[in-house]
Amino acid sequence: MALERCDVEKIAHLARLGLNDGDLPRTTDALNSILGLVDQMQAVDTTGIEPLAHPLEASQRLRADVVTESNQRESYQAIAPATENGLYLVPKVIE
Amino acid sequence: MHQLTLAEIARGLADKKFSSEELTQSLLARIKQLDPQLNSFISVTDELALSQARAADARRAAGETGALLGAPLAHKDLFCTEGVRTSCGSKMLDNFKAPYNATVVAKLAEAGAVTLGKTNMDEFAMGSANESSHYGPVKNPWNLEHVPGGSSGGSAAAVAARLLPAATGTDTGGSIRQPAALTNLTGLKPTYGRVSRWGMIAYASSLDQGGPMARTAEDCALMLQAMAGFDAKDSTSIDEPVPDYSASLNGSLQGLRIGLPKEYFGAGLDPRIAELIQASVKELEKQGAVIKEISLPNMQHAIAAYYVIAPAEASSNLSRFDGVRFGYRCENPADLTDLYKRSRGEGFGSEVQRRIMVGTYALSAGYYDAYYLKAQKIRRLIKNDFMAAFEDVDVILGPTTPNLAWKIGAKNSDPVAEYLEDIYTITANLAGLPGLSMPAGFVDGLPVGVQLLAPYFQEGRLLNVAHRYQQVTDWHTRAPNGF
Amino acid sequence: MQWEVVIGLEIHTQLATQSKIFSGSATTFGSEPNTQASLIDLGMPGVLPVLNQEAVRMACMFGLAIDAEIGHHNVFARKNYFYPDLPKGYQISQMELPIVGKGHLDIALEDGTVKRIGITRAHLEEDAGKSLHEDFSGSTGIDLNRAGTPLLEIVSEPEMRSAKEAVAYVKAIHALVRYLGICDGNMAEGSLRCDCNVSIRPKGQEAFGTRCEIKNVNSFRFIERAINSEIQRQIELIEDGGKVIQETRLYDPNKDETRSMRSKEEANDYRYFPDPDLLPVVIEGAYLDTIRATLPELPPQKRERFQSQFGLSAYDANVLASSREQADYFEQVVSVCGDAKLAANWVMVELGSLLNKLGLEIDQAPVSAEHLGGMLKRILDNTISGKIAKVVFEKMAAGEGDADQIIEAEGLKQVTDSGAIEKVLDEVLAANAEQVEQYRAADEAKRGKMFGFFVGQAMKASKGKANPQQVNQLLKSKLEG
Repeated sequence: MALERCDVEKIAHLARLGLNDGDLPRTTDALNSILGLVDQMQAVDTTGIEPLAHPLEASQRLRADVVTESNQRESYQAIAPATENGLYLVPKVIE
Repeated sequence: MHQLTLAEIARGLADKKFSSEELTQSLLARIKQLDPQLNSFISVTDELALSQARAADARRAAGETGALLGAPLAHKDLFCTEGVRTSCGSKMLDNFKAPYNATVVAKLAEAGAVTLGKTNMDEFAMGSANESSHYGPVKNPWNLEHVPGGSSGGSAAAVAARLLPAATGTDTGGSIRQPAALTNLTGLKPTYGRVSRWGMIAYASSLDQGGPMARTAEDCALMLQAMAGFDAKDSTSIDEPVPDYSASLNGSLQGLRIGLPKEYFGAGLDPRIAELIQASVKELEKQGAVIKEISLPNMQHAIAAYYVIAPAEASSNLSRFDGVRFGYRCENPADLTDLYKRSRGEGFGSEVQRRIMVGTYALSAGYYDAYYLKAQKIRRLIKNDFMAAFEDVDVILGPTTPNLAWKIGAKNSDPVAEYLEDIYTITANLAGLPGLSMPAGFVDGLPVGVQLLAPYFQEGRLLNVAHRYQQVTDWHTRAPNGF
Repeated sequence: MQWEVVIGLEIHTQLATQSKIFSGSATTFGSEPNTQASLIDLGMPGVLPVLNQEAVRMACMFGLAIDAEIGHHNVFARKNYFYPDLPKGYQISQMELPIVGKGHLDIALEDGTVKRIGITRAHLEEDAGKSLHEDFSGSTGIDLNRAGTPLLEIVSEPEMRSAKEAVAYVKAIHALVRYLGICDGNMAEGSLRCDCNVSIRPKGQEAFGTRCEIKNVNSFRFIERAINSEIQRQIELIEDGGKVIQETRLYDPNKDETRSMRSKEEANDYRYFPDPDLLPVVIEGAYLDTIRATLPELPPQKRERFQSQFGLSAYDANVLASSREQADYFEQVVSVCGDAKLAANWVMVELGSLLNKLGLEIDQAPVSAEHLGGMLKRILDNTISGKIAKVVFEKMAAGEGDADQIIEAEGLKQVTDSGAIEKVLDEVLAANAEQVEQYRAADEAKRGKMFGFFVGQAMKASKGKANPQQVNQLLKSKLEG
């Protein structure tokens, strides 16, 4: 299942990765190489096999409904690129 | 002092032969002097180390004991260390000072360990050669033109070069065991869920495990003792009691059943490595172990399955790196999409971007069944193979890598070439089993590792076998020239 | 062309837990921005989610209350997309294996009939943060306090056929989650949010038309208006020869119309996959049994019981059972005074309009159920008349004490001594001899109004305290002999 450059552009957009046009051919080749490796899976017969998501197949532990966190805004926002009045700033979003 | 193992340091500190502060000073000086050749550190934390060393000395003076009290080590740079840069080898987190400590870091600090710095690694743990780091490649101290392995290449090189006795690493597809093999170290990947992932910046959540890298099994036992344990903050952490790993090191290997998978010894394996592996088998037989041939028929599909599952999980885990709340942000974003695309496009290196794209594709509409789900099914087949094998054997033995450490740059043209080096290590991650690599000899001056795998939570057995092996061999004691 | 409307609703309810679904942050509404956003809520590198047991319990309560299959092995999945109020770049939700499966809810329509609406599923997920667009020129401010608040998303089958049915359904869900104590239902604060999926098709056609989703309508009134305006829009569009495009729309209450949202979605591929940081949630039968035992009597059963046990009409039963607080209040009044119909009337009418006037909810009622019941007892034992009771009620609301205290203090006791009443009547008749003549001369038809005149005079003379029934009885015999 070979990818075309337009497929790669779509994937990059889904992943919000800004690709340079110059890199596109190389990236496309590299991805196709990886997918070539991965396509080997299709040769395996997995009829009737359940997928394994967690190796040890345990079940989720629940935690008590208690407030354990306090306000740490100052220290957490000390490492933020752009804040104002306690809010994180991003370029304006129009809805 | 730099030749001392952790166990020897513990005795030295207890016997007051030296203080932790002296030891730390000495190693910091050594790092300054020698690391430029290796590039194994991203951050050296002099002040933190010295204050921790002094505190450890004070605790010891107050009567405290403990194998790691005052022991110097380093953390792979994806363990969050509060107030200290935690970069994951990436430009994306070059300016990221972690606001909290990883559980592993906290536990080792509580045991009195001294953090000398954060070690270099493949960017976001994606790689087997430590060539993809934003901070430059790491050199193998055994031959500076060769890779040390990855992604825990920095930890491996630093310990192999005796810049410190031990370091933490993480292993998702072999990233502790493979660099350990290529640098003549003992490295252990615990059972999935044995060591907490809280604060261990995620690459592939269902595969990642943190573990120790040191020169001996004895040292790994000391490290693992402090690192292992249930953590309520990690939903995937298993509540299984932690045994005394040091107490079981000397157990007899009489009657130990060792399985050799026939699939391991095929065409892709360097015959010189195969020879050394067979020699290590002989040593274990001399100690009473019994060898059986076993089969892991689905292992050939492991790499394909891994390179779907890991990138898929990573593609999602790395979405939080968007220039909004922390980390790299591009200059003058024109709008939101531009903010995301350029922050991520400029912040991530090319291997990371490739894997994010593979993962995104594997999860996308129409491909999920053929890729992600299919890989998870193969994963179960691989686990089933192991479960069947462990009915008949107690450990599985084989080479850690199919080839020796390659030259820096040699595998850069095709990403897949590097992926194939993971063939022996990857299955343990897919199945969640514990695995260990230990030194088994040299070819052309480059180290060779032999790998042991055991059933869930049998890290003690792995360390026991490795320790007994290390009592009758001396590969693990060799040091690289000039270090 | 006869059109049939097809409506399905997705209702997001914020669960009333103390802490968030995957972190130990507080869930209090209205705090300073980002003061309730922990490492986990901020999506910091290296953090991991741990599931809040109360969210699971509340979801199970809901599932049992709608007679649904509970997902004994349910799984959290990641819904991947980029938006600044979604810090991890994915929302932890549930996809293939939700905690609650198929169920149903019976809703009471305005004419009193009951319709059963199917519920497809309900699942747990985390809420996103908030974006503030107004205050920063060129920028948007992000507040992540809300990020991580537990949501139960309730998805209905597309079985509603009018805006009114849709509103009845939302009201029923609103009442139910409040009944169960799992959500405060405060739509103004966003505790309960409704997305409406609306489509139309020619009557008789089986295939569904293209639907539009109207997002985040936050009041019952707006839901009705939004749906109706959307139905109108779609009908006009199709009848003008156009086609409905599947899209997300917002309701503008000022213009009373829906408009297309500038796509934040653009046909997003969410790439759902099971969250590898969380394990499957296993719900055992024994656990469900303990939860089932804590279920309160639910609106449908209460409505039934109010009709069978108290003889109330379907309409009255529906009104009184509409909220747990109201039903409890009513029942307490009944337990004090013993007369359900009287209690029903007073709770719905007198108390109802008082609460309306003061803008209060029943749990803030200025007259307690105890006190109201006590007053009704005094009507029943003839201490006061119904009319005087209204005065007593007002005074109780003003905090002047309970019924007995007020009756005593104001001397409002009804006069039931027939001798005294007769005396008053004699005086009234004597004072109005002409009217008495006219009454006696008039025929049945005209007498009614004239009778009322005498009653009025008698009540005035007795300052309202004469027992009306006795007045009527004695007056009649006096007038007619």
